[in-house]
Amino acid sequence: MEYFLELFFGGLTRGSIYALIALGYTMVYGIIELINFAHGEIYMIGAFIGLIVASVLTLLGLNHIAIIVIASIVAVIYSSAYGFTIEKIAYKPLRNAPRLSALISAIGMSLFLQNYVLIAQTSDFLPFPSLIPDFEFMEPIAHIISSQELVILICTAVVMILLTYLIKFTRTGKAMRATSQDKQMAALVGIDVNRVISVTFVVGSATAALGGVLIASHIGMINFYIGFIAGIKAFVAAVLGGIGSIPGAVLGSFVLGWTESFATGYISSDYEDVFAFLFLVFILIFRPAGILGRSENQKV
Amino acid sequence: MFSLNEIKKSLLASAWFMFLTFPIMVIRVNTIENVVEWRWNNLYMVGIGSFALSMVWRYMLKRKERGGKKADNGPSDAKPLAQKILENRKISVPVVVAVCIIVMFFPFVFSMYQTSILITALTYVMLGLGLNIVIGLAGLLDLGYVAFYAVGAYSYALLNYHFGLGFWTVLPIAAGLGAMFGILLGYPVLRLRGDYLAIVTLGFGEIIRLILENWNEFSFGPSGIANIPRPSFFGMNLSVHSATIYTYYIMVGLCIFTIFVVNRLQDSRIGRAWIALREDEIACQAMGIDKAKTKLTAFALGATWAGMAGVLFAAKTTFVNPASFTIWESVIILCVVVLGGMGSVVGVIMGALVLILLPEYLRAFSEYRMLIFGAVLVTMMVFRPGGLITNVRRRYKFEGGEGGGRKE
Repeated sequence: MEYFLELFFGGLTRGSIYALIALGYTMVYGIIELINFAHGEIYMIGAFIGLIVASVLTLLGLNHIAIIVIASIVAVIYSSAYGFTIEKIAYKPLRNAPRLSALISAIGMSLFLQNYVLIAQTSDFLPFPSLIPDFEFMEPIAHIISSQELVILICTAVVMILLTYLIKFTRTGKAMRATSQDKQMAALVGIDVNRVISVTFVVGSATAALGGVLIASHIGMINFYIGFIAGIKAFVAAVLGGIGSIPGAVLGSFVLGWTESFATGYISSDYEDVFAFLFLVFILIFRPAGILGRSENQKV
Repeated sequence: MFSLNEIKKSLLASAWFMFLTFPIMVIRVNTIENVVEWRWNNLYMVGIGSFALSMVWRYMLKRKERGGKKADNGPSDAKPLAQKILENRKISVPVVVAVCIIVMFFPFVFSMYQTSILITALTYVMLGLGLNIVIGLAGLLDLGYVAFYAVGAYSYALLNYHFGLGFWTVLPIAAGLGAMFGILLGYPVLRLRGDYLAIVTLGFGEIIRLILENWNEFSFGPSGIANIPRPSFFGMNLSVHSATIYTYYIMVGLCIFTIFVVNRLQDSRIGRAWIALREDEIACQAMGIDKAKTKLTAFALGATWAGMAGVLFAAKTTFVNPASFTIWESVIILCVVVLGGMGSVVGVIMGALVLILLPEYLRAFSEYRMLIFGAVLVTMMVFRPGGLITNVRRRYKFEGGEGGGRKE
């Protein structure tokens, strides 16, 4: 039973991280129908900037809580800036181009960012200091769920609540929903589509960066390549839940996290990715638009 | 171009980039010795570089927009240079003849290293043409194409290891196996559209690679299979030098065969069914075309070429392991097809040559190689989204009064 709970919370943690990244994917797809391959690199850059800021602050001698809070904030700000810039350079000129061209542009951007970090920093695995302290009240259940996992879960929950508030109750959220439904109509009723798209990218990048800092603190090692793998997994999660739908991305991420965790724990750890993909195929056979996806009826 | 407004915008852009790249370029942390290295030189370089680049970029974007506006006003006569060359008979025939001569005598003029690079480029030409059937003609976004490539390579390696079959025997077998796997992949994805198809095919590519990597009894895992024999010349085994030249000619032969078959396929009934499927699935079904059969044929035929290319890859490098068949390979083949211009054979060939030969010749820049490659991809897509050779839809036109049509 304990093993089951351990796997459960492990999967929940994984799912939370995937959710933070998948949100960015799904929001961008919902608005401009583009698979943003460079999104994984934003996550990686967030982790790197968190590491750099944390290291500088450690040398200055601040205490751990302050370091992680400041590092997270700085990482989020910078990643949002990167997301904003990437959109302006690589995606805005291609808004009316065929979709595959934008995809290749995204791939090129992803490659560029990976190598940029590789050259500017280093190709080694950089150790990330473990900044989240072990809470005393967690002692009795520390073998089921660690303090870091708890912090990750709480942060993710807070982010989800904030995001839902943004989308449902603010004017920007309404503009985002309108633009994702029909870009031309939204422009006709007076919504600044360019600004909405930029805001989408910024918000998506912010959540991904937070995910990057949290997971780097949890796992302890980062490297320029982590973005690619995480990006693919998060993309699978977003598609699983129905791409373009925000609750779908969250649901898909948790499903993916649990599948991986339980498959690794009970069957075999070598084939965890295989299980994840097979599960995805299985779901898509019965629900071709993802779990929560709205299958659009094509009109002739 | 040098108005005050432009300069102000570029200064702002430069300041933005200096802010943006500050942590990553300027600060390097050494956690072992606990020192922080501040590299201010990089900051100045970024500032100046981004200023210059932003001026150039904005200028090029304006030029592109002006070109677009002119095209909107009247029939567009501005076609890319490559297409003009192709369509003008007087130029295209001598060019083709010259290319043929160069191709024939290449190994004897250039070194073995260059020939080897060209063999790799030709492999990607073949892969690009195969993927072109799936993406360019049938419009199915396949991101897991490398799986069929792996199937071909490993089938040669394993059949040779267990049964001692030679290169020429395995070539048709691998083609058949590729087709089988293509149908296997195509079946579950028949109902999916667009990006769902993309992610499932990506998943399949990964599944194949992971199985090859982890099922040690079957595929010998990450250490791969070595000592795969090169193609034998009527039963004789050749030295490395001659074998490379021999492989080169086999590759050229296979490429010509591929180009011929793909061209005929495009004009055949199944080819037109694919193009119809790409343009509008519902209309295609309404016209009586069996959607499922067309899709499966596209996957199967596309995979056949990948299988054959895989056999050649195994024969050339005499060593296969799962690390050569990652998602990145699929992405590169996709870039070859899109960069060259989807659906056009010449475009894919050019795309393959550019994309494979470019990093080789960029080796002079060593560590900046992939950085430049990524930047080139983005730039090419921003300024030429249709690819090097846009696929001009075949138009039939009447020459007024004369009667009879002229194919454009």
